[in-house]
Amino acid sequence: MQALYAQLLVGLINGSFYALLSLGLAVIFGMLNIINFAHGALYMMGAFVAYFLLNLGGINYWWALLIAPVIVGIFGMILERTMLQWLTGLDHLYGLLLTFGIALIVQGLFQNYFGSSGLPYAIPDELKGGMNLGFMFLPIYRGWVVIFSLVVCLATWFLIEKTRLGAYLRAATENPTLVRAFGINVPRMITLTYGLGVGLAALAGVLSAPINQVRPLMGADLIIVVFAVVVIGGMGSIMGSIITGFALGVIEGLTKYFYPEASNTVVFVLMVLVLLVKPTGLTGRAA
Amino acid sequence: MKHSISAMLLGTALMFGMAGGAIAQDKNIKIGVLTDNSGLYADLGGPGSTVAAQMAIEDSGLAAKGWKLDLISADHQNKPDIGTTIARQWIDVEKVDIFMDVLNSGVALAVNNVVKEKNSVMINTGAATSDLTNAQCSPNTVHWVYDTYMLANSTGQALVKAGGDTWYFLTADYAFGHALERDTAAVVVKSGGKVIGTVRHPLNTADFSSFLLQAQASKAKIIGMANAGGDTTNTIKQAAEFGIVSGGQKLAGLLLFITDVHALGLKVAQGLNFTETFYWDMNDGTRAFSKRFSERMKNKAMPSMVQAGVYSGLLHYFKTLEAMGGNPHDGGKVVAKMKELPTDDALFGQGTIRADGRKLHPAYLFEVKKPEESKGPWDYYKLIGTTPGDQAFRPLSESACALVKK
Repeated sequence: MQALYAQLLVGLINGSFYALLSLGLAVIFGMLNIINFAHGALYMMGAFVAYFLLNLGGINYWWALLIAPVIVGIFGMILERTMLQWLTGLDHLYGLLLTFGIALIVQGLFQNYFGSSGLPYAIPDELKGGMNLGFMFLPIYRGWVVIFSLVVCLATWFLIEKTRLGAYLRAATENPTLVRAFGINVPRMITLTYGLGVGLAALAGVLSAPINQVRPLMGADLIIVVFAVVVIGGMGSIMGSIITGFALGVIEGLTKYFYPEASNTVVFVLMVLVLLVKPTGLTGRAA
Repeated sequence: MKHSISAMLLGTALMFGMAGGAIAQDKNIKIGVLTDNSGLYADLGGPGSTVAAQMAIEDSGLAAKGWKLDLISADHQNKPDIGTTIARQWIDVEKVDIFMDVLNSGVALAVNNVVKEKNSVMINTGAATSDLTNAQCSPNTVHWVYDTYMLANSTGQALVKAGGDTWYFLTADYAFGHALERDTAAVVVKSGGKVIGTVRHPLNTADFSSFLLQAQASKAKIIGMANAGGDTTNTIKQAAEFGIVSGGQKLAGLLLFITDVHALGLKVAQGLNFTETFYWDMNDGTRAFSKRFSERMKNKAMPSMVQAGVYSGLLHYFKTLEAMGGNPHDGGKVVAKMKELPTDDALFGQGTIRADGRKLHPAYLFEVKKPEESKGPWDYYKLIGTTPGDQAFRPLSESACALVKK
């Protein structure tokens, strides 16, 4: 029984990454209608920027949490301005293919320069060590990841669903012409939204750097699972992504305990089951 | 074949003469490096293996003697089906004579069959599974650098002797992990230890915390990592986080490469024991080669034992063909000749190739230095023990290989 609690907690930790990443994807899909396959590459860039900040600039983890998402977010906005905006109004497929290509190029460049085994990034001193919870040894850093990502997820949800800015955003995706008529700069809003989604990916990257090696393929390994999370949660649904992210992390953790060989596939099995029963995903609206 | 039209014009008798002469004097060799160029094993083999092969071609001096040597490489993406497709195409279309590296045991065992069927040559320096020279041995394959039996024999035995008598395995769920776990478990039991559990994880897993918790709960004294490359580095890093080593359990790196230690950093990797057959800082010969190698690498990396094996294996292959006076394009014949000739090079020293295809050379037990003991980048290992070549590998008396006369 103790081992089971431990697996639940560990699942929740992985779920935090799924939630943060799928949240960014949902924001981008909901507002821009783009299936952002570059998300994994941008997550990886977040981790690399944190590594460079520390090793070249002596800037520590805490500042990296702030600076890396901004830097990668700006990179994302440049992508949106120079490439993605030309796809407005076209079929989803074009956005998917373009961002997939971008992801391959970015990952290829990083791999060419940094190899595949990755670079070490140490856990910040303040979060080193762990607590004995009785049923398991919880590294403090992992606990921090869960709490921090929960806060970020809820803040993003609040921003989009409960504020005036969020209302403009949602309106702009429903009817851009009308919103523009109110004097709101819709293209700039779209760019900033993409930057926000990308920033969330980079933030997850910084969070994961001390746990995993900073590797060029860290995003490629994760992105397919995260897409499954988004599809299960319902494309574009903010709360759906958050809840499904955490839930799937837990389910995956339990699979690792009961039948570890299936832990890489359980998410996809679930995706198939959910899509068969409810093609729009758990919380998605019909298109 | 090329000569057949002109030969026909010259009459039958002359044709036979010409064809025979052409085979004996054929001085074309095509070398194929089949490896993981983009995945979790790319740093320990990958592009570095191609660099090593290129260096062997240059150092052989064959070009100056009128030989023509071509090198190609491809990425098998750690998938046996892709590996065999490339292998067939290389033999049928590209006329590749020899396969080098072929890391990933799953891919290696699959390519092993193709190479045997088509009578080509494979010098395997990257795959670990000891089956390549045991149950699945082939007259066309030489297993050069290391294997799971040797790793288990050296590292496993040393750890049990040091008091680690209860084991829990974290195993990569494919041919390599299974072989390494099987061979190590046998050694542990033989040395008086006990295996109390195993968890098998999918290849290329990012998060090991669930598996580590299970290993921790087992209270085994030793957690044996029957995985490699990125899987091992992630395991070690996360084990440190969960306080496994500070809690009294010991991590055993059954297969660790210098590129893994470099990726982890000494702070995390210090104190780990494991076995390798090559280290760049062993003697003047290894240092000279490694320095030249690292100058050619983009990230200035030192060679892993897999890459060193590509260089050393190819040199022996070239030496053999030179002794034969030409390339007969007959894999079985070439490998038989390779087994006759003693091996000798600056990297692995003197050795031999056994009837089952096993290349023999010493195995070294290393310990990773503490950060304060290291004098600079890539100064990572302390030598703890050496097992001579004839004792490091599976004795022929235990072999299930059909090529071994009983």
